[in-house]
Amino acid sequence: MSEHDHDHHDHHHHDHDHSDLSETELRVRALESILTEKGYIEPAALDAIVQAYETKIGPHNGAQVVARAWSDPAFKTALLEDATKAVGTLGHVSRVGDHLVAVENTPHRHNMVVCTLCSCYPWEMLGLPPVWYKASPYRSRAVKDPRGVLADFGVSVPKETEIRVWDSTAETRFLVLPMRPEGTEGWSEQQLAELVTRDSMIGTGFPRKPGARS
Amino acid sequence: MNGVHDMGGMDGFGKVEPEPNEPMFHQVWESRVLAMVRAMGAAGAFNIDASRFYREALPPHVYLSSSYYKKWLLGLEDLLLDKGYLAKEDVAAGHAVKPAKPLAPGKLSVSDVERTMVRGKFGRAAPAPAKFKAGDRVRARNIHPATHTRLPRYVRGHVGIVERDHGCHVFPDTAANDAGENPQWLYTVVFDGHELWGPDADPTVKISIDAFEPYLEHV
Repeated sequence: MSEHDHDHHDHHHHDHDHSDLSETELRVRALESILTEKGYIEPAALDAIVQAYETKIGPHNGAQVVARAWSDPAFKTALLEDATKAVGTLGHVSRVGDHLVAVENTPHRHNMVVCTLCSCYPWEMLGLPPVWYKASPYRSRAVKDPRGVLADFGVSVPKETEIRVWDSTAETRFLVLPMRPEGTEGWSEQQLAELVTRDSMIGTGFPRKPGARS
Repeated sequence: MNGVHDMGGMDGFGKVEPEPNEPMFHQVWESRVLAMVRAMGAAGAFNIDASRFYREALPPHVYLSSSYYKKWLLGLEDLLLDKGYLAKEDVAAGHAVKPAKPLAPGKLSVSDVERTMVRGKFGRAAPAPAKFKAGDRVRARNIHPATHTRLPRYVRGHVGIVERDHGCHVFPDTAANDAGENPQWLYTVVFDGHELWGPDADPTVKISIDAFEPYLEHV
């Protein structure tokens, strides 16, 4: 291939990448039409599914659980014993499947959750996972170099603290119970919940500090 | 299968790059793909293990260069073609030209959507007593099935400690191939970083997987 052809090829490939989005879009639309025509799916049900993901699940659910555990020692004990059962007692949180496990951060241990094989994540507690959680850099490195991954998030854990990485290889789902920030004595559950970030429940971040902007 | 999806411990993928204020979907079609996968699963076309296997089975270069929901789309198409719910002729025409293969329980209606938002139950009655208990030293077996498995390569052959048992669960290795739920005991097994990554590994790191009993042997 001549230099010119090569350039041309690259250029063409670049254009192709640009149009690829709409190709994918057309392909998705065609598939939806086919499956609808065959009587397998109903577009209105797809709309309802998307709407449910957009409104019903999300890290606010997990934050309520964490705030309750920070406020109520009996609930915290129950949560660490059987998270599915404990979360089930909070009527306002959407129901979870059978196999939720809560893991507690302490001064001696920092927990971090990954799914190296795909993208397993506690959807009911945290919503749909962010792109980074599903992408190769996190999935490949979290189990081998967790401190390096934490550094990518600007997070540093004391060097003597154990780092425990939970690879979600089955249908069990893990929720990190972060440490309660100092300076929050007497705070209400609602106030506490506002400090709980999604990443703090994955183990790639910490809760907000009191007074920090949310 | 020893696919590129099994990427725990691989180098070279670069830094993790969180996106500030990330939207739930970057394109509308992504949400339609997610919903179609959920709806077709609920309609009975496949289980979650089969859907995972079809994404893993994408050619490595396709897997690595496709966005997350693109992988879902490609895996869904392949799965539906293989199982006969979609015909090549349908795809070529862009609409249904072949008759539909019956599906049970069938189409998910709007009123049933709420039900699909609750995770399925994977716990099953125990067909046999558990072979391992918390505190046991176990080795992850050196097995390399070409079909679906949830035993990542980076632990195979390595010794860990059983930390907790989760009861019996549907076994993905058989469920993915329509070979039955075949319930198996499931354990959290924890490995030292040194055991997995050698003497240079960070001594403060421990890694656990959830391992089905057939993945493990006594040491």
